[in-house]
Amino acid sequence: MTNRPALIFEDVSRSFGADDTAVKALHNISFSAQPGKICGLIGPDGAGKTTTMRIAAGLLLPDSGRLQVLGIDVVESPLQTQAAVGYMPQRFGLYEDLSVQENLDLYADLQGVGLQQRRARYEELMHMTNLAPFTRRLAGQLSGGMKQKLGLACSLVRTPRFLLLDEPTAGVDPVSRRELWAIIYRLVKQQGISVLLSTAYLDEAERCDDIVLMHEGHILEQGSPRHFSADMRGRTFHVNTPSLRKRILLRRLSTVPGILDAVVDNENVRVITRDTTAPQFAAAFNDITDLHVNAAEPIFEDAFVARLKHWQPGNQSALELRAKTKAANEAVIEVNSVQKRFGDFFAVKDISFSVMRGEVFGLLGANGAGKSTTFRMLCGLLPATSGELTVAGRDLRRAAADARSRLGYMAQRFSLYADLTVSQNLNFFASAYGLNRRQRKQRIDWALETFDLAEHANTGSGNLPLGYKQRMALAAALLHDPDILFLDEPTSGVDPLARREFWQRINALAESGITVLVTTHFMAEADYCDRLVIMAEGEALAQGTPAELKARFRSAETPDPGMEDAFINLIEGRKQERAGI
Amino acid sequence: MTPAAATRMRLRAMIRKESLQVLRDPSSIAIAFVLPVLLLLLFGYGVSLDAKHVRIALVVDLADANTASLSGAFQHSEYFLPVSYQNIQQAEHSLQAHEVDGIVWLRNDFSARLLLGDEAPIGVFVNGVNANQARITQGYIEGVWHTWLASYAREHGHEFKLPVVLQPRIWFNPAVDSRNFLVPGLIAIIMTLTGAMLTSMVVAREWERGTMEALMVTPIRIWEITVGKLVPYFVLGMGGMLFTVAMALFLFKVPLRGSFLVLTGASALYMMVALGMGLLISTIARSQFVAGQIALVATFLPAFILSGFLFQISSMPEVVQLITHIVPARYFVAILQTVFLAGDIWPVLLGNSLALLIMMLVFLGIARRNAHKRLD
Repeated sequence: MTNRPALIFEDVSRSFGADDTAVKALHNISFSAQPGKICGLIGPDGAGKTTTMRIAAGLLLPDSGRLQVLGIDVVESPLQTQAAVGYMPQRFGLYEDLSVQENLDLYADLQGVGLQQRRARYEELMHMTNLAPFTRRLAGQLSGGMKQKLGLACSLVRTPRFLLLDEPTAGVDPVSRRELWAIIYRLVKQQGISVLLSTAYLDEAERCDDIVLMHEGHILEQGSPRHFSADMRGRTFHVNTPSLRKRILLRRLSTVPGILDAVVDNENVRVITRDTTAPQFAAAFNDITDLHVNAAEPIFEDAFVARLKHWQPGNQSALELRAKTKAANEAVIEVNSVQKRFGDFFAVKDISFSVMRGEVFGLLGANGAGKSTTFRMLCGLLPATSGELTVAGRDLRRAAADARSRLGYMAQRFSLYADLTVSQNLNFFASAYGLNRRQRKQRIDWALETFDLAEHANTGSGNLPLGYKQRMALAAALLHDPDILFLDEPTSGVDPLARREFWQRINALAESGITVLVTTHFMAEADYCDRLVIMAEGEALAQGTPAELKARFRSAETPDPGMEDAFINLIEGRKQERAGI
Repeated sequence: MTPAAATRMRLRAMIRKESLQVLRDPSSIAIAFVLPVLLLLLFGYGVSLDAKHVRIALVVDLADANTASLSGAFQHSEYFLPVSYQNIQQAEHSLQAHEVDGIVWLRNDFSARLLLGDEAPIGVFVNGVNANQARITQGYIEGVWHTWLASYAREHGHEFKLPVVLQPRIWFNPAVDSRNFLVPGLIAIIMTLTGAMLTSMVVAREWERGTMEALMVTPIRIWEITVGKLVPYFVLGMGGMLFTVAMALFLFKVPLRGSFLVLTGASALYMMVALGMGLLISTIARSQFVAGQIALVATFLPAFILSGFLFQISSMPEVVQLITHIVPARYFVAILQTVFLAGDIWPVLLGNSLALLIMMLVFLGIARRNAHKRLD
């Protein structure tokens, strides 16, 4: 009984849409989740994670195949399944106009929890989630991390035997993420619950007992984290040198034969080789005397990237750019004590920073930290309540339109017209930027070629994979040859290969003299920035180069802190400071 | 816990949740209570389908005792504001300039033709741009003319060969006050809004916010979700109805000649039909925008235009008249106007109620069949 898998999928397929335009979301997938373990469904957006979750919860019917949850046939008895599992959908399933207590009561009633058991259960859940002081607050007024914990608590009011969590950590700050994982571990350990959770964060893979790696509706492989990293042993290296900037080192490493992948990792460039024969670093870098190469401990992302490259061997064309005239140490963007208030809520509180020409500058923070608001003010889309904003020497209060013509903007979720083709989209944006017919043709040809979009020029952009959409959005933002590029969450949801490729392009753009301002909630991406600001709840907690920020938190326990350690330390430091007041 | 007790607990939880949301959501309250006030004020005070104080041009070519008497008849009618013109050219000019809505022309042979008993010794021109207004004006002018002609005949002891003499006697709404049938009809409009539009939109909201997904992965049954939605909105709709009735009776002094019980019963029946339409829409529309648009086009506009609330069904083209049979509001408006202005006329009430009952069963039946506890 106890050894029966909590979940079994056998040859499950599912398509969406009408016959001729049907999109196959799952291709005959088979896997099982062991009882009392955490099974992670891992993959980028569009991998089929949510569809798998919904089928397991009896919310969608499979087109073919069989599945069982806790020994129950889900297709035959969905009600019985739904009574036995706990489920948290991507958007938590909370009623924002009900209070924390009312949400809990609702789910307790729906799950048939007896009135006598409730009190003890509520106490336990509130203790676990630290929500006890907020029971009377409306769910809509909780922070992102608190909502996520309440959503989890609601799915736990009656201890389920099997817990389904769909991207529970998406867009949440690292502190809340860590708390959530602690809760999940406790549930598994103390109550023997089996968990199936999906995530797009590859660093969370290592926290699972078992990993199901998904990509484009296929299961690439299933195994323990150790299994995945095992065959990467001897193939991963950290490379660094004081004589080259990371960005240049990265570019040069990508061309060394025998290297499969290179990516900025903390203060090093992380390299994956094609096989265990070490590449000829010395020969490729004979101009540099102080190149340090160390073997690195393989992580899950290495394994994923190696498998993806095997799955879709891509071609990477270098980005051709005219070098802009470079005047050193000239501030292109200046933000001086800027505040933004909505009613009595401060979305941005007293933020100041400046960005130099050719710099990649990051705004790092969780959802709701005020990054997008800052961005919109810099684009002149939102007036600041107080403070000064200057972009390319123009005061945004007086010459917003003029400043806008000098910058390219790539919005969150790559907002382009889904029902236009790629070339129609580019044409539209070129006209919107006021290019004449000849310039338009020239720039669109350039964009199609540079971003490898030529073969998709006449494809409806709604049908493109996310990585292509992202490229098209970047191409559209660069059509008018701007000096400054604003990127709002440019890599959210795309697979690691598309993300690498994207950063290569951004690096090349910065090398050519374009100033890049980027927001992200991926801690690892902060290492690509020359300098960054860490934001939380509208405030700037710290700013500096990634190395400076991390160095502040070097200690005996963490001799080599990453950006996430720095972020968590800053947040907790702020909490203590507040408690002290 | 027994299954029945669990069901009761879930139902109670759904109803409580939905009621809290209604109370906290200003837009629900606005649709149920603020909108009725706005509509009532608009239709009670602003819109009138009666022709009163119509400006007409009076052209008398040759003044004598008879023309003076007829002019006096127009002057004394509360329906007209006659203005005298010297000649027909000036009057036509004014008609073109929209300074007057009609012309009554007494030609120089008026008295002579009157004595001979000729037909139509007067000329009437009406501005036909607004057909409705034109027909009413024409009718009123004929009314004044015939009344005057009859009294002229009596005075002179002559027996005239009159064209058909109209002797209007208006029943049920003797003052011919359009407010008296507009205001009861509004109850149908308001209940359509609460029942169909609001309900379909709140279900769509659950889809949009992802709460439906979480709700579905609990032991709740689909009919429990449905009943949990129906009960609070039924109460809200009936509340809106009582509020509107109170305003109709006390503010606008519309008579209620039938019984209040019959009114409430028929309203409850129509509320169920409207909720059925709302649920049916919500099985198709997963976003509030789409739900709102469908509800507007499929329920609200027909209730407004094709129900007999604003426009008389019998004066519509035949094809449109046929279409009105599938508009539930038509039957309810008929009931409302009967109960308010005529009384409990059972043949009318029962026939229309039966139609509503059938529609309720059809809508709720299809909605029930289409609803399943899945996302696709």
